Amino acid sequence: MTRSRPPWPLIPLAAIGGLLLVLPFAALLIRVPWSDLGSILRQPIVTDALRLSVVSATAATLVSLVLGVPLAWILARTVLPGASIARAVVLLPMVLPPVVGGAALLFAFGRRGVIGEPLYESSGFLLPYSLWGVVVANTFVAMPFLIATVESSLRSADLRYEEAATTLGAGRWTVFRRITLPHAAPAIVTGSVLCFARALGEFGATVTFAGNLQGRTQTMPLAVFLALESNREAALALSVLLVVVSLAVIIPLRDRWLGT
Amino acid sequence: MQRSALRLFIPLLALLALVAAACGDSSDEPDDAASESTTTTTEAEEEAEEATILVFAAASLTDAFGELGAAFEDANPGVTVEFNFAGSSALREQILDGAPADVFASANNSNMETVVTEGAASDPEVFVTNQLQIVVPAGNPGGVTGIEDFARDELLIGLCAAEVPCGDFGRQALAAAGVEPAQDTDEPDVRSLLTKVAEGELDAGIVYTTDVIAAGDEVEGVDIAPNVNVVAEYPIAVLTEAPEPDIAAAFMAFVLSDEGQAILASYGFGSP
Repeated sequence: MTRSRPPWPLIPLAAIGGLLLVLPFAALLIRVPWSDLGSILRQPIVTDALRLSVVSATAATLVSLVLGVPLAWILARTVLPGASIARAVVLLPMVLPPVVGGAALLFAFGRRGVIGEPLYESSGFLLPYSLWGVVVANTFVAMPFLIATVESSLRSADLRYEEAATTLGAGRWTVFRRITLPHAAPAIVTGSVLCFARALGEFGATVTFAGNLQGRTQTMPLAVFLALESNREAALALSVLLVVVSLAVIIPLRDRWLGT
Repeated sequence: MQRSALRLFIPLLALLALVAAACGDSSDEPDDAASESTTTTTEAEEEAEEATILVFAAASLTDAFGELGAAFEDANPGVTVEFNFAGSSALREQILDGAPADVFASANNSNMETVVTEGAASDPEVFVTNQLQIVVPAGNPGGVTGIEDFARDELLIGLCAAEVPCGDFGRQALAAAGVEPAQDTDEPDVRSLLTKVAEGELDAGIVYTTDVIAAGDEVEGVDIAPNVNVVAEYPIAVLTEAPEPDIAAAFMAFVLSDEGQAILASYGFGSP
């Protein structure tokens, strides 16, 4: 990529766009109680929320990998009737308000839900109000980011290697494992990172479906929202932590896009 | 070309969603609806000019104040009453941040006290009371008979988070009854708690009597013994920086009048 000077009309618009994105974070940093940050971050409400956020976002990313990559392959490679509708439905959680997703999850897997009720009646197992519920809510909202990334990579991939492997006698599973997956690896990594980052920030679906209880279901965004009502310093400290963790996840990815 | 555009577009979308999610769904900011009156008014009742007041009121007052505001507008032609309903603590923060409000009606005294201490309001008056009640889904599947049942681990119990008034009062009642609650969730506000109970996803929760009435047939109320129940006092005050102080005072007087009290009583509020 060659570096070049931008056409002049782009400069003010880009500056305004950049300010719109950066200014709120700068304002947030100004308000942070830096001197007390250490002691605030050691409060149980913070450590519990951090632990739950990392555990649930990691679990949601793993579940998304196991389920989302096969789904991406099916959507990209098979000729299904109504495939474009299926692709749209799979990506729906990306654009819907997460609260809607949480309510939908409740109707499906809640105690009175279509699947949740028979499950609860027969085994006593309940997804809401548990870490499992947080993982399901996170997966529901974040997995589409992995699917979208991997699917677009699979659709644009060069099929000649797979065809060559097939003519050399490789089975479909072997082709998938030895050719398709390695080729899609960069997209899978990118998709996983986006999925993890989205799961880390999940609020609406989690609070609606899994509830909010410190040490059990209260992730960092939930803790921030509640602390904002009563304990603004803890809320700001948590926000900074969330920004730092998110940046740590996104920056390596951003370098990848730039090809460095 | 198309591919690289898509490769950029998806992560951008992702970042946008990430930021939106990280920010949470914060309460609505007050809109700048409080229009400025061009004339100085002496008596609100005599004023013929168009004027608007902005009332910041606790979320639990949504239905009752909606009707009350309409009645006040009928009695004062040319006056428009606009509301910003949210959790009292969120409203307190917005007022202290300089929101252009005329009247503050809080669901508890502590938020009002903070606003008064900071000099943003003076001379608050308690205009209604509200009591706590146990809310259960229609048919009471958990067989809840009193506040003691909140210690039953096998039930799905919800409370409001300790940070919001209904959670604070609920914990006071539980403490007074000597009950260690085995709650499964601390909901961020009274409405989300009510919704989960109405959907049958919780067996019991503690909300206000007025909420149980407003929720209708989907839920039932179970009374809390009077000796442990908490009476929440709702104070109202005209704000020091009110753009329309006279109309604001008239609105406050209307809330405290017999007519205003009758409207509030019909929604389950008690008189102070």
